[in-house]
Order: sequence, then structure tokens, then C-alpha cells
Amino acid sequence: MTARLTARDITLRYGDRVVSTRLSLDVPDGAFTAVVGPNACGKSTLLRALVRLLRPDAGQVRFDDREVGGYPAKALAKQLGFLPQDPLAPDDIKVRQLVGRGRFPHQSLLAMWSRDDEEAVTEAMAAAGVEDLGDRPVQELSGGQRQRVWMAMVLAQRTPYLLLDEPTSFLDITHQYQLLGLLARLRDEGRTVIAVLHDINQACRFADHLVAMKDGRVVAEGDPADIVDAALIKDVFDLPSVIVPDPVTGTPMVVPTLQGE
Amino acid sequence: MTVTEPRERKELPRLRVERRTVVLTVVLLALLLGLALLGLCYGASWSTPGEVLAVLTGAEHSVVILDWRLPRVLAALVFGAALGVAGALFQNLTRNPMGSPDVIGLDAGAYTGALVALTVLSGTSAQLAVGSVAGGLLVAAAIYLLSFDRGFSGLRLVVIGIAVNAMVTAVNSWIVLRAELEVAIAAVGWSAGSLNGVGWADLWIPFTVIAVLLTLMATRAHAMHQASLGDAIAVATGVGLDRLRLLMVLVGVGCTATVTAVAGPIAFIALAAPQIGRRLAGAAGVPLLPAALTGAVLLQGADLLAQMLLAPVALPVGVVSTAIGGCYLIWLLTKEVGRA
Amino acid sequence: MTVAGHAPETARTRRAVPQLGLLVGGLALLAAVAVLSIGIGARSVPPAEVVRALVDFQGTDDHVIVRDVRAPRALLAVAVGAALAVAGALIQTLARNPLAEPGILGVTAGAGFAITVGSALGLAAGQAGELGFAVIGSVLAALLVAAVGRRSPLRLVLTGVALTAVLGGVGLGLRLMLPDVFDMYRFWSVGSLAAREQAPLELPLAAIGVSLLGALLLSRALNALTLGESVAHTLGAGVVRVRAATLALITVLSGAATAIAGPILFVGLIVPHLARRPAGGSVPWLILYTMVLGPVLLLVADIGSRVLLPTGEVPVAVVTAFLGGPMLIWAVRRYGAGAL
Repeated sequence: MTARLTARDITLRYGDRVVSTRLSLDVPDGAFTAVVGPNACGKSTLLRALVRLLRPDAGQVRFDDREVGGYPAKALAKQLGFLPQDPLAPDDIKVRQLVGRGRFPHQSLLAMWSRDDEEAVTEAMAAAGVEDLGDRPVQELSGGQRQRVWMAMVLAQRTPYLLLDEPTSFLDITHQYQLLGLLARLRDEGRTVIAVLHDINQACRFADHLVAMKDGRVVAEGDPADIVDAALIKDVFDLPSVIVPDPVTGTPMVVPTLQGE
Repeated sequence: MTVTEPRERKELPRLRVERRTVVLTVVLLALLLGLALLGLCYGASWSTPGEVLAVLTGAEHSVVILDWRLPRVLAALVFGAALGVAGALFQNLTRNPMGSPDVIGLDAGAYTGALVALTVLSGTSAQLAVGSVAGGLLVAAAIYLLSFDRGFSGLRLVVIGIAVNAMVTAVNSWIVLRAELEVAIAAVGWSAGSLNGVGWADLWIPFTVIAVLLTLMATRAHAMHQASLGDAIAVATGVGLDRLRLLMVLVGVGCTATVTAVAGPIAFIALAAPQIGRRLAGAAGVPLLPAALTGAVLLQGADLLAQMLLAPVALPVGVVSTAIGGCYLIWLLTKEVGRA
Repeated sequence: MTVAGHAPETARTRRAVPQLGLLVGGLALLAAVAVLSIGIGARSVPPAEVVRALVDFQGTDDHVIVRDVRAPRALLAVAVGAALAVAGALIQTLARNPLAEPGILGVTAGAGFAITVGSALGLAAGQAGELGFAVIGSVLAALLVAAVGRRSPLRLVLTGVALTAVLGGVGLGLRLMLPDVFDMYRFWSVGSLAAREQAPLELPLAAIGVSLLGALLLSRALNALTLGESVAHTLGAGVVRVRAATLALITVLSGAATAIAGPILFVGLIVPHLARRPAGGSVPWLILYTMVLGPVLLLVADIGSRVLLPTGEVPVAVVTAFLGGPMLIWAVRRYGAGAL
């Protein structure tokens, strides 16, 4: 397993609150990595550090042989695409314009809008299933539609790495599976996907590599089939459960044994 | 590749938005030229457009038009554009229309600098210029430092700016109260913003400064729009946020202070022009070009009205620009309610 | 879930005692500042003598000064401070916007403009006339701003600022054309308590008193409204009625305060920001705290306005801005700008 994107012994904090100390992670190339864990365990913080939105207090995040902070801004943006939880849409922006904003790292003062940009936007909108929304103002869309538009924006960036912070949170169940299927397809085409996911069963079904976090630490990582058992779920989520094979894919499926009071 | 029917339908709207921006630009430019021509014609004695054109092309000579009216008209256009851009920059920076330089106290700070030059020093135009640029920069630096606490927050900057504005305005009234009478009268007369009596000698430095600042900003306008998607997306798509913000602050402060040094604190154009411009253009976010054009039209139109309304007494242009811009902005906001 | 359900209850009982303590402390501070304010002036009266004059009037010179000049002025400061601060708290709660304030939302400007128009027509003489015009002006301004800014906090503030700008501009134009009005307005427009104590002001004072009481009665319903319209409906609060009543209180409070003292800005912005944290999200406590803190701020500012300048008085509005600015900056840096 090779990893171009790595975190070594990083310490992360927001203000005075230390989120993680001496955290290390290799993001396996060409794989679909899912990060799971209870609320506020440092999943999003880790992702933000990987795309250099947060500078580690100690340790390094490296892409190939350089620290991510050492790259020119646009050079790194051509490699790592990132979808945060709370992106901001400017007032009155149309869907197609917003998706086009994903082309920013590929443009310069002299080459503002090219045929490549046009193609990338059309393709990304089709992939995210928003091709019919092109002329709609983003602020009029539903939460789920908006999330797919943002997904299209990140796809239009055409990066080999996709880092996604809870990309399914506003989607209905059908769109959740469609999006995860899309991510798996992108992985098959050779891209590297790392996503924070809420639903452990979805993570087990779609990801090749599972990273379980708790209190800012990586508790376990590896193929879901190898690492997911009742003890891990009890440890990470404090949830008693039994693990059964997913009737469709055979991957581990967590069935909580908690039945109320 | 065959172009299918639905795809063509989808392409159209994007073109329509762009066309609207282009049409708006052309309309505003035409309006701007018309108002400028009117400004050159209007005065104590009316010159016909023909006479004005003859003077401009060098066929005739007229001190009144070339040395009195032309600098005033150009000042209104350039200053209006500079204020509009300054407003758009700060509104983008804070993601809030209330983040305009005049609301958060940059005008007031520049005015303080000028007041100090007037009362403590002898009040030459060089002192006024240096004083107001220094005042504007100091206030901007203070607001920026005060609002930078574990990262940047637009709303925090706006509220702190409003507080700073209140304090600086209080300092200004205090200086005027303590000043000798003739200085106080000069200072108050200047406080509403006026283009009365500007000549070429006052203008070439401000014009150069504004031209340099606007050119600098134009090269980074694309990145500024990208930054309106939020810090996370901006960084992830390759915007150097820290440098961009610094440039936006410097250009915004520079434009505001330069205009204030010559014409006094002309309030409200920085707030209104970007908001009017973006609604007219139907554009996403707060773009710079419509803001600049709207600012120029607003200030030149206001200056004309200021000269005409109570002629021969000239009103301070700030009073008129405020009244017109305010009414128009309220009207636009009203239309928005109906639509939403 | 049972554990989580209990948490707010215990938190509330635990907090009620310090909240009451803070209120008592605030009242003691208010009393001390009031005595100080009555004592300080061209002829200073020691605090003990002030208290004696108020409880046991002897008819000495000091006692006469206290009863006829100083005490009424302090009373005005208390009333105006409470009115502005509570109006600010109400408007911020209603608009769910930390920037909302009668001054920023154009309500004060509406009152000021109405008084200008009233005196231009020769109708705004006497306390009833002034109060009437001020309240009508505030009501019209508030209605316009509320109608245009409906459902969008940002549009609300924009409309308010635009309206303030327009009314300011038109008012200034009107005053430039009518020198008599200008003369009267110049005295009033600076925002001051000086020499107001002699004017008969029972009517505006009574209006403020009744409205403050009303605000307290409404505060529990407003508490429900802060959870959002739909929740308020399910909790059984008549949203429309509560809104209308609150709006009426805001306009009467700021109209009456403006009629008494002229436009004093920022008290309504600053005081609620200071009181919000100790109030811990409870509107009744917020109203109580602002009712105490507003007068403290204005009394201190009024003392400052009398001692700062040896030759005369600094308008209290100038001192308020100077005192309140740093407080607001501190509160925003400590607690954040959006903490509503």
C-alpha cells in the first residue's frame, strides 16, 4: 500500500482546545477511505488538517515529499479537492456558476474560461445528478439538492484526491447510496477518496479502508471486514451490538442491541 | 459531438446572465458619459454640448470648461468609482453589506487625520492628504487587529467597526468643539463631503494612487470571488487567503482615504453602490465592476444635483448622494421583498 | 434522554441566585452613580448632602439646586437611558440581529426628521407636539423598515441604514433652506441632556414609564419567540400580537427618548450586548439588566459631559459613544458578535 498523502504525529487544536495529539495517518492511494467515529471525535479536524485549512501545532502533513503548506496554493488545489460541511454560496449565484467555481485552480488571469472548464463542469453536473438545475439560484434549492451541487463543484475541480466531510448528511436514502456509488466508481477510475461518514454500515459497504476515531485518536484502521467487531463498536461508539454479514454485500453490518429503557 | 436539445436549453441561462452584465455595463457607461457631458455644460453660464466637444477636442479654448468643470467632473467619476470599489471590497471581506468603509469608521478615521492636520498643523493640502491616509490606515489596522481573534469573522469585524466608528466620530466632534471658530467652520463644511473648488493641482496624485490600487485589485478580482465561497472552499481551491485579504484591506483603505483627503468623507456611496450594482447586474456575490460604475454614476449625478438644487448655493455632495442612493437602495430592497 | 431533560432545570435554579445578585448589584451601582451625578456640577454637592436633600428637604441653596436642577436632570438621564437600552434589547430580540438598534434601524432618524418637519410647519411646539411628531416619525420609520426588511435580518439593517441616510440628507437640505428650523434643530440634534430639565416633560416621561412596564410584561412571550416562529406557535404565543406589541413599545420608547434628548445613538446597541451574557438567553432578565445598565451608562456619560470640557458641556451623545465603544468591542471579543 502506498500513500502520497500522510499525516505524521500531528497535534491539532482550535484555540485553546486540543483536538488531537500525535495523530498519524496514511491515506492509501487509489482507495476509498471512510473515517467514522462519534460526534466531536476530531474527524472533521483531521480532514481540515489534510487540506491545510488547519496548520498542525506539531508534526507534519505531507503530500508526496513536501509539506502541504509548502505548495503553491493552486498547485495543491489541483491535487486535493475538499468539500467542507458548511460551504457558503454567494447571494444570487446560479448552480452552473457555482459548479464553475471549482475550476478556479485551473484558471489564470490570461486563461479565464476554457473548453476544458466547460467540459469539466458539464461532466461534474451530470455525475452529481444536478444537470437539470443549471439555471436555478442555489439559495432556492433544498438541502439535499444543494449538497449535490457542492459535490459537483468539487468534482469539477478534477482532482485525483477527494476529501469529503459528511457528503451524505442532507441526502435522502436513495441519493445517499447514489453518491456513495459514485464515489466507489471514481475510486475504480483511479481516484483516491477519503470521506467522513455518519453511517457505519454504509462505510463498511463502500469503503476499502476504514479509520475509526475516538477522542482525537485513531482507534483502529484497516479493511472493514478485518477490523469491525462488537468490541470495536463498543469501544468507539459505546454501543452494544452484534455484527452480522450484510445480506447484500457480505460486508460487516452493525446491529445495535440497545432497545430503549 | 452532437448538441442535444435539452443541453442547448441549459446553456442559455448562463449566457443570459452574462449578457445582462454586459448590457448593464454599457448602459451605465452611457449614463456616465451623459452625466459627465451635462456636468461640463452646467455652470454659472450654460455651455452647449457642441461648445464642450469643441473645447475637449482642442478646437476651442475655455478656461471654465477645461480648468474648472473638467477636473470636477473627472473627480466625481474617479472618486465615485473608487468608493464603490472600496465598498465592494469590504463587503466581500466581511460577507456583509454593513462592512462598508463608511459604516466601520474608515471615513471617520481619515477625517480625524485631516482634522488633526487642520487644527494642530497648518492644514496644507499635502498635510491633509498624509493625515487622512494615516488616519484611515490606523483605524483599519485597529479594527483588523481587534477583530482578529482565533481566525477571522466578518460579523465581528462589522460590530467592532461600528463601535470604532462611534468612537472616532465622537473624537471628531470633540476636536471640532475644542477648535477655534474659523477652523471649526472649515472642518464642518468639509465634513459632509464636497467637490466644490477641486482643480487639477489637487487631483493628479489621488488619480495616480487610485489607478494603481484599482489595477492591482483587478488582477485579483477572480480570487476575491472565489473567496466568497467560504474559507474552506477558498483554500481548498487554491486561494492564498491571507495575502488576498491584506490586499483587499489595503486597496479599500487606500481608495477611501485618498478620496477623503481631497473631498472629505462622502458617506454612503461605498455602502450603496456595490449593493445597487449587484442587484442591477443580477450577479452573484458583490462584483467590482458594477460597483465602480454605479459609484461613478451616483457621485457625478449627485454632484450635478448638489449644484443645481439650491443654486447658486452648492449643497455638499455627500448630502445629495446619500439621499438619492438611499432612496434607490430602499426601492431595490422593496422589490426584493416582493420577489422572495 | 432523561438526563439531558433535567439539565436545563438544574442549570436554571443554580443560576437564578447570581442573576438576582447581579440585578441588586446593578441597582446599587445605579443609585451610587445617580447620587454622584446629582452632586457633580459647577457647584458640587457632597453625596451625603444629596441624599439629605432628597429625603429631608431643608430649603438651603444646595437643596434647591438638587431638587430643581440636578435631580430632574438625573431623572431624565435614567429615563432616556432605560428607554434607549430597552428599545435596543427589544429590537435585537425581535429582529434576531445583533446589529439591530433604534439608531441603526432608522427609528431615531424617523423621530428626528418628523420633529424637523413638525417645526418647519410650526406644529411641533410644546411637549405634546414634539412627542407626537417623534412617535409618529418613529412609527412610520419602523413600519417601513419592518415591511422592507421582512424575513431577512440583513435587509432589515440595510433598509434602516439607507432610511437614516435619506432622512438625514433631506432633513439637512430642509434645514439649510429654513434657517429658523436649523437654529432650533442645531440645539436639539447633538443629543444632549443640557437645559432639558427645565422644559415640561411629564408626558414623554410617563410614556417611557408605561412602556418599560409593558416591556417587562411582554418579555416572557418574547422568550418563546426567540425559539423561532414555529416553536413559538406550538408554545401558544400569539406571534403576530406579540410582534405588533413589541414594535409599538420600541417606537414609543425610542420616540419619547429622542423627543427628550435628541438622537443619542449606540446606547441601544451597546447595553444589550453587555447584558446578554449574564442574562443567559432569558429575555426577562435581559430587559431587567438593560433597564438598569442603560441608565448607568447614560448617567456616567452625563457626568462626563459636564466635567470633560472646562468651558462648557460636551454633548452627552459624544461621551456615550466614547464610553460605549470600548465596552462593545470588549463584549464582542469576549463573547462573539452573533451570540443572541
